[in-house]
Amino acid sequence: MKLPARLRLSPALAPYALLLPFFVLFAVFGLFPLLFSLWLAFQAWEPTDGLAAMRWVGLENFAFALQDEWFWKSLKNTAWLAVASGVPQHLVAIPLAVFIHTRLQRLRDVAVGAYFLPYITSTVAISILFASLFSTDFGAINAVLGGLFGIDAIDWLGRPEHIKPAIAAVVFWRYVGFNVVLYLAALQTIPKDLYEAATMDGASRWQQFVHITLPGLKPVMFFGVTLSVIGGLQLFEEPFILTGGRGGSDQAGMTTAMYLYRMAFDFNDFGAASAMSWLLFALVVGLTWATHRAFRPKAGQA
Amino acid sequence: MQLGAATATRGPAVPPRTPDAMPQTPHAPTPRRRALLLGAAAALALPGPARATAPVRLTVAAYPAVDTIVREALPAWRERHPGVAVQVVSRQFADHHTAMTTALSTRSHLPDLMALEVGYVGRFAQGGGLDDLRQPPYDIGRIADRWVPYALAQATGRGGAIVAAPSDIGPGTLLVRHDLLTRAGLAEAELTRSWDGYVAAGRQIQARTGAYLLAHARDIKNLLIRTGIQPGEGLYFGAGHEVLVESPRFVRAFELAREVRRHRLDARVAEWSNEWSEGFKRGRLATQLTGAWLAGHLSNWIAPDTRGLWRALPLPEGAQAAWGGSFFAIPRGAPAGHKRLAWELIGLLTLDRAQQLQAFRRHDAFPALRESHDDPFFEEPIPFLGGQPARALWRDAARRISAVAVHKQDAFAGEVIDTELDKVLDRGKPIAVALADAARLLARRARR
Repeated sequence: MKLPARLRLSPALAPYALLLPFFVLFAVFGLFPLLFSLWLAFQAWEPTDGLAAMRWVGLENFAFALQDEWFWKSLKNTAWLAVASGVPQHLVAIPLAVFIHTRLQRLRDVAVGAYFLPYITSTVAISILFASLFSTDFGAINAVLGGLFGIDAIDWLGRPEHIKPAIAAVVFWRYVGFNVVLYLAALQTIPKDLYEAATMDGASRWQQFVHITLPGLKPVMFFGVTLSVIGGLQLFEEPFILTGGRGGSDQAGMTTAMYLYRMAFDFNDFGAASAMSWLLFALVVGLTWATHRAFRPKAGQA
Repeated sequence: MQLGAATATRGPAVPPRTPDAMPQTPHAPTPRRRALLLGAAAALALPGPARATAPVRLTVAAYPAVDTIVREALPAWRERHPGVAVQVVSRQFADHHTAMTTALSTRSHLPDLMALEVGYVGRFAQGGGLDDLRQPPYDIGRIADRWVPYALAQATGRGGAIVAAPSDIGPGTLLVRHDLLTRAGLAEAELTRSWDGYVAAGRQIQARTGAYLLAHARDIKNLLIRTGIQPGEGLYFGAGHEVLVESPRFVRAFELAREVRRHRLDARVAEWSNEWSEGFKRGRLATQLTGAWLAGHLSNWIAPDTRGLWRALPLPEGAQAAWGGSFFAIPRGAPAGHKRLAWELIGLLTLDRAQQLQAFRRHDAFPALRESHDDPFFEEPIPFLGGQPARALWRDAARRISAVAVHKQDAFAGEVIDTELDKVLDRGKPIAVALADAARLLARRARR
């Protein structure tokens, strides 16, 4: 059935009309909050007074954030967690992907599925599960450590020195599977004849790994590391739930994303929270750029 | 935020007042209550049932178990206002207060009536988003003395505006395991005479029964920093934003907490954690400094098997403190035509003896309404507390509590102090240095 001509979209307008739902949603849930937080970063605001109560304070919120001890503490926590959870992800995912790629035939999909499962499971469910695993007196982790090695019960989520490793372990476990899938996909794009030629030339497996596999994975490594850098700097859900939303003793598990959330909703300071979120954004941009530099082909290389 | 409520309300896993555990028996209004309702309406001096033209629907935003308390008051409400429907919107504790903050800041989707926990009342009273109930048509000043005095003071902002009416309160008490005390050869008075006596008793309990004196050394600090506050002072900040955390009450609180830790008298578990409730179930915790309502939670769901083993005592050394409390407020931006009705609903919930007592009986919501305090229910023995008529004790405690001025940075200050206490307890940081560090952090924020 044909629509009357006046109801039909002209070909020139059709793409815009079809894209409109996305742009509307993006404007409401993406662009507006972004611009609003930028505006808020320059305001002092008692939120319960309503929107009219904002007062322009210039760069005061940024100055406050940069001199705030807790902001720097949260940045250090974030950096620690990003490194401790991010670096092992790749150091484990690459050999694991190579192993699955070369050794597993029929079990391949099962193995990949098992490693990928944590990635698609709800963070909240995972964190609640781990909170009970990490429980000092009744947790499975302490039971195993005590049973096998005779280690005294560790207060994982109560002592500042143990909170970060506990969170990093959860984050590592959660994302390593995602990276395995990433690297597996990349391994399939490396031409088989390269390995055949290398075998003919008498190269060992290790030499093949170092000189064929790793260079072949470099573009995907850049992609994966970039995602880890961005994800690591924005880490929020796992520490938030594992530490009951407060960051734990001495705020040892309070990441910057968590702190700025708390600044707004627990400590009622939306202006400073917005300023901190933009400072964090600047840091993410800077480090992504640095990652890009690090993985850029050097002069003389292909 | 008053004592304990701070810790109790944060953990997303367990809200401070779990509704599931509360009995929810349907309850038909009795003739006696009807008479009282009429009496309350007369006392409020409000015009009779609002002139119903179009059907009116009030929305009430609340959290557990206040939402249930409001729902249970609706049969009585319908009797008074047959044409006015009431919709209760309930959210989890933290979600509710975040939603209320958002609604106030954008002036949209505001309920006609919002329930607020004491910590948020203080915070919201600093802003101008809630109606000042001293103004007409409310004129709360005329009926202010019908509530426990400190509760109304908690809802008073710096400019004197009263932004909410108190519904329930949480007078402080010391819950003790009577059986452990007996085994340790201690009399109850030895725990309450002085704080030093309390700690000494803890050592004796530890030595003779192996049980911990309390869950966390922080609990004792929380109480002591609330002891000896000068009139007009806040907990952490003075009237002129000056930081008070290096004053003697903080030093003593930290010293006593360190003493508790030094003798390993605390189980080092946080309130509302699994370890905490296990500690109660297994009799590992001999005492708990808390709001009176905890006895109900212990009895209903935390440790029902310990029935008869507990007793309630006054806080040591005559200390007074309140844990939690609920209020009802009317947002400034709510539809003007609903405000009079919303105020009448507040009257039913907070000034009606029968409603207040019903919430007390069913939900351990201790009445803020003074005229309900002479009910025989207060003298009834509580089986969970070995037949002790403890409600009378809590009633007397409630009368002695005085309100503390609220500061915008109290939530942050509380956390800074907890952090410094952890450093003192866990790493041996000198108390003077810890408090000086806290003071420096707070001074930077005092005027933000």
